[in-house]
Amino acid sequence: MTAPALELKKTSLNEAHRKLGGRMVEFGGWDMPVQYPAGTMTEHLRTRTNAGLFDVSHMGEIEVRGPDSIPFVNRLVSNDAAKLIDGQAQYSALTTPEGTVIDDLLVYRFAEDHLLLVVNAGTTEKDWDWIISHHGDENVELRNASADYCQIAVQGPDAISILQKLTAVPLSEIKYYHFREGSVDGVPAIVSRTGYTGEDGFEVYAAADKAEQLWNKILDAGDFGNDDGVLPCGLAARNTLRLEAGMCLYGHEIDETTTLLEANLGWICKLNKGAFIGRELLQRQKDDGIKRKLVGFDVTDRGIARDGQDVLIGGAPVGHVTSGSPAPFLKQNIGMAYVPVEFANAGQAIEIDVRGRLVAAQIVPLPFYKRAKQ
Amino acid sequence: MANVPENLHYSKDHEWVRVEGDTAVIGITDHAQDQLGDVVYVELPKSGEEFAAHESFGSVESVKAVSEIFTPVSGNVSEVNGSLNDEPEKVNKDPYGEGWMIKIKMSNSGEVDSLLTPAEYEDFTKAESE
Repeated sequence: MTAPALELKKTSLNEAHRKLGGRMVEFGGWDMPVQYPAGTMTEHLRTRTNAGLFDVSHMGEIEVRGPDSIPFVNRLVSNDAAKLIDGQAQYSALTTPEGTVIDDLLVYRFAEDHLLLVVNAGTTEKDWDWIISHHGDENVELRNASADYCQIAVQGPDAISILQKLTAVPLSEIKYYHFREGSVDGVPAIVSRTGYTGEDGFEVYAAADKAEQLWNKILDAGDFGNDDGVLPCGLAARNTLRLEAGMCLYGHEIDETTTLLEANLGWICKLNKGAFIGRELLQRQKDDGIKRKLVGFDVTDRGIARDGQDVLIGGAPVGHVTSGSPAPFLKQNIGMAYVPVEFANAGQAIEIDVRGRLVAAQIVPLPFYKRAKQ
Repeated sequence: MANVPENLHYSKDHEWVRVEGDTAVIGITDHAQDQLGDVVYVELPKSGEEFAAHESFGSVESVKAVSEIFTPVSGNVSEVNGSLNDEPEKVNKDPYGEGWMIKIKMSNSGEVDSLLTPAEYEDFTKAESE
């Protein structure tokens, strides 16, 4: 089912965002805050230095239950779900027969017969249709549970101490890309040590009608209002944080025209795990070598590269910018782009066509930003 | 509420004009900078360039967005605010003062009369946001 074009979907936190002065915009069919009064720059920096709070309830959740859960999911995704243990999460992708990307997602394993797929907001319906259309004779039950869940991410070096005030779950024992079920402020929740900012942090899943309680409690626990307190962050900061961390955004770096290998996501292509949709193409592409590759670049001239702009080498267009933006923490204008592999080396000079003006840039290693390990 | 000083003229593209003799000082309004968010980059023309009214003379960029800036009056650029190269945040902090962008020697000062008064501009932004 598709909502009428003009009727935007709302998360349970829509009112809370408006009360906080969030500037609401359309994103993937959802009415979401792009920033709050502190502004994108401050929200971004606070997440790097202290903590940021993000409403990501618009993301989709698909439950897979039954004895064939793992073989079924493993036939549709590129990473190896059979390698998961209970309480572990895995970054993966739904692939087309051409090895391109239907969506990137997280696969959570609760038990051998119970997985949860967390998918992008704008692709939830497409993913759901794709998944149920590929349900063969496996013994699984599938449920699009997106409306049942809220998802709140608290990210940054202070995330663990803030969230720990609200739960008895020993957070320091949860390893990266693992999760526990427990109660947060008395609310049954899934607490997952994952995120999309390049920082340590957690994503909390709970019943949608508990969203406002959790949101407000985390703001209180994080001293929202203090100069070093948690700040609610909008989609703009979420985007610049993930870009600095060199992470792909569906619809930008990856889509149904790009393969996982081109996007540096070979590490989630387990070509020896057995058959999955797109495996043959990915194997062939791996054997033959890719023709183009996703790279990061720093703009070395004055100017800001933006999504969709042409990349030129020696005056000839060779690719396009997938994401381009100022990087608030690195204080540098950065971006990612597809270029032919022969040019995809750090140090390679490129030019970006910024609205008719050619701006010099240089390919640099990804990620742009990596947090210091404690 | 956005600040709309009394002594200025306004355009529907959210620029302001302060008339000093035959020169127009031009910038973007408080409402415009607020809508944009943190300004991180301002691209301005060179002195001596000629622009017709409503023509784009540059752009202002926030983290998220690019907006073109249009001159409300015709003429020749007599001065640009080069300090915005290093301190684009002046556009947020002081849009009607240190955040000014260019000065234009007007070729037709009558064009100023067709711009919005402060009261008209306030009504315009209210109507736009509804």
